Amino acid sequence: MTNELNYILESKNVNVYYGELHALKDINLKIQKNSVTALIGPSGCGKSTFLRVFNRMNDYIDSFKIEGDVFMEGQNIYDKKVRVDELRKNIGMVFQKPNPFPKSIYENVAYGLKIQGIKDKEFLMDRVENSLKQAALWDEVKDDLKKSALALSGGQQQRICIARALAVEPNVLLMDEPTSALDPISTAKVEELINELKEKYTIVIVTHNMQQASRVSDNTAFFYMGDLIEHAKTEDIFRNPKKERTQNYITGRFG
Amino acid sequence: MTNSKKNRIKDKLFEYFGIACTFFGLVMLAIFIGNILIDGLTRIDLDFLQNLPSRKPEKSGILTAWTGSLWILCFTTLIAFPLGVAAGIYLEEYGKKSSLSSLLEVNISNLAGVPSIIYGLLGLEIFVRVFSLGNSILAGAFTLALLILPIIIVATREAIRAVPPSIRAASYGLGASKWQTVWHQVLPASMGGIFTGVILAISRAVGETAPLIVVGALAYVPFTPSSPMDEFTVMPIQIFNWVSRPLHGFTINAAAAIIILLLITFIMNGIAVYLRNKWQKKISW
Repeated sequence: MTNELNYILESKNVNVYYGELHALKDINLKIQKNSVTALIGPSGCGKSTFLRVFNRMNDYIDSFKIEGDVFMEGQNIYDKKVRVDELRKNIGMVFQKPNPFPKSIYENVAYGLKIQGIKDKEFLMDRVENSLKQAALWDEVKDDLKKSALALSGGQQQRICIARALAVEPNVLLMDEPTSALDPISTAKVEELINELKEKYTIVIVTHNMQQASRVSDNTAFFYMGDLIEHAKTEDIFRNPKKERTQNYITGRFG
Repeated sequence: MTNSKKNRIKDKLFEYFGIACTFFGLVMLAIFIGNILIDGLTRIDLDFLQNLPSRKPEKSGILTAWTGSLWILCFTTLIAFPLGVAAGIYLEEYGKKSSLSSLLEVNISNLAGVPSIIYGLLGLEIFVRVFSLGNSILAGAFTLALLILPIIIVATREAIRAVPPSIRAASYGLGASKWQTVWHQVLPASMGGIFTGVILAISRAVGETAPLIVVGALAYVPFTPSSPMDEFTVMPIQIFNWVSRPLHGFTINAAAAIIILLLITFIMNGIAVYLRNKWQKKISW
C-alpha cells in the first residue's frame, strides 16, 4: 500500500473558500485506486465540497476559491492546461437526487458519448447495454429503452444516472449521498452495485449514513468544520477511532 | 344579530361582489363581440378576403391588409425570435452577476413598458431614415421586432430558469461544455415556455397600429406586397381607416375585419396555451 502508484487521487494542502467562509482547511488526503472511500461528517463540514474539488464542479460557484494542489495520477487538475471537460470524462459523478435528463433511457446513457462526437450507432448501443448491465438495470429496462427516464422509479432513475456516468468509462466515480433520496430496497441495490463497481473503478462516496459507510467503504475520512479529522481503514475508524471527535460522531453523540 | 351571522352575511356579500367584478370585463367583451358579430359576420365571404380596397364599401376587401399583416409577422418573427432567445440565453446562462448585468436587466424590463408609439419614432429614425429602408415591410418588421424583443427575452429567461440546476450539473458532470449543455438540455427542456412567450409576443405585434403608422404603413395600398421592400398596410390600420370613413358600408367592413383580426389573435393564443400544456405534461420534474 505504500507504493505511490496505488493512489489515483491526491489532495495536497487544499484550502477552499466561499467568499469569507473557509470551507476546507489544509486537506491532505490520498485515495487508493479501486477502493471505496467514504467521506463522512456532519452537515456543512465540507465533505461535499471536497468531493466536488475532484471534478471541479465548484468552479461554477462565483465566490469559490481554491488553494493547494489536487492530483489525478500525477497530473495537477487545477493546472491551467487541464481541460475541464476532459477531466470530467475521467471522473464521473452521481448526485444526491436522481437527475435523469427528460429524455429516453437510451438518450440518457448515450449522452456523455454523443457530446464527445461519437455517432457510431452500434458502438453507442454496445456501450449503453454494457453500462446498464453494470448498473444492474439492463434486465428491467432492456425492452423499453425509448421510454422516458422520468417514468422510472426513483431507485431506477438513480441507477440510470450511475449507468450514464459509467458509459464514458471514467476511472473515478464520485457519489454525493447517492441513496439519500431512495427507499431501503433501492438503497440496498445501489450499495450492492458499489461493491461490484470497485473492481473497475475508484469510488469516493459522501454519506450521512454511518451504516452505509461501514458497509460499502474500504477507507473512511471524517470531516468536521472544514478539517479532515481522521482518515483510515473503515474498520479502524468504526472499531477504534484515534480521535475523540470521530468517536463521538460515529457513536451519535453529536452531528 | 349575532356576530357569526354578520360574518356569514359579509362572506356572502363579498362572494357576490367578487362574481360581479369577475363578470364585468367578460360581459363588456361579450357585448362588444356580439355587436361586432351582428354588424360584420354577414359581410365576411371569400370575396371580402380576396378583394383589394376600393372606394365602394361593398367592393372593398382586406386582401392587402391580411397579406401585409402576414408579411410583417413572418419578418418580425424571423428577426425577433433568434435575437430574443439568444439574448435570454446569454443573460441567464452566461452573464455573470455584475452591476452591468443588473443594469441590463432593469432596462430590459423598462423597455417592455415603453409606449409603442415611441418604438415607432425610433423605427422611423433608424430603419426608415438611417438604414434607408423606406416605408417598407422590412422597416415595419424591424420596428415591431424591437417592440416585442423585451417580451421574448423575459419569456426565454423565465423558461430557462425553470429548468432545474441539477440537469445542468448532470450535463457538466459528464464533460459537456456550456454550449452543449444549453443546446442539448436547457433549450429542449425550456422550448415550451419559449414558444409560448414568442407566440404571445407575436399576437401582440399583430394588433399593433401606432408604430406602423409612424413608420409609414399606408392606409391605401392597391397591391399585395411581393417583396420585403414593398410598401404595405396591415389589418389594424385598415380597420382604423374604415372606421373613420363616413359611409355606413365601411363601418360594416371594419366590423368584419375586426372579426378576422380577433380570430387570428384567438387562434394564436390558443396555440400558445396548447403548447404550454403539452410541454408541461411531457416534462414534470
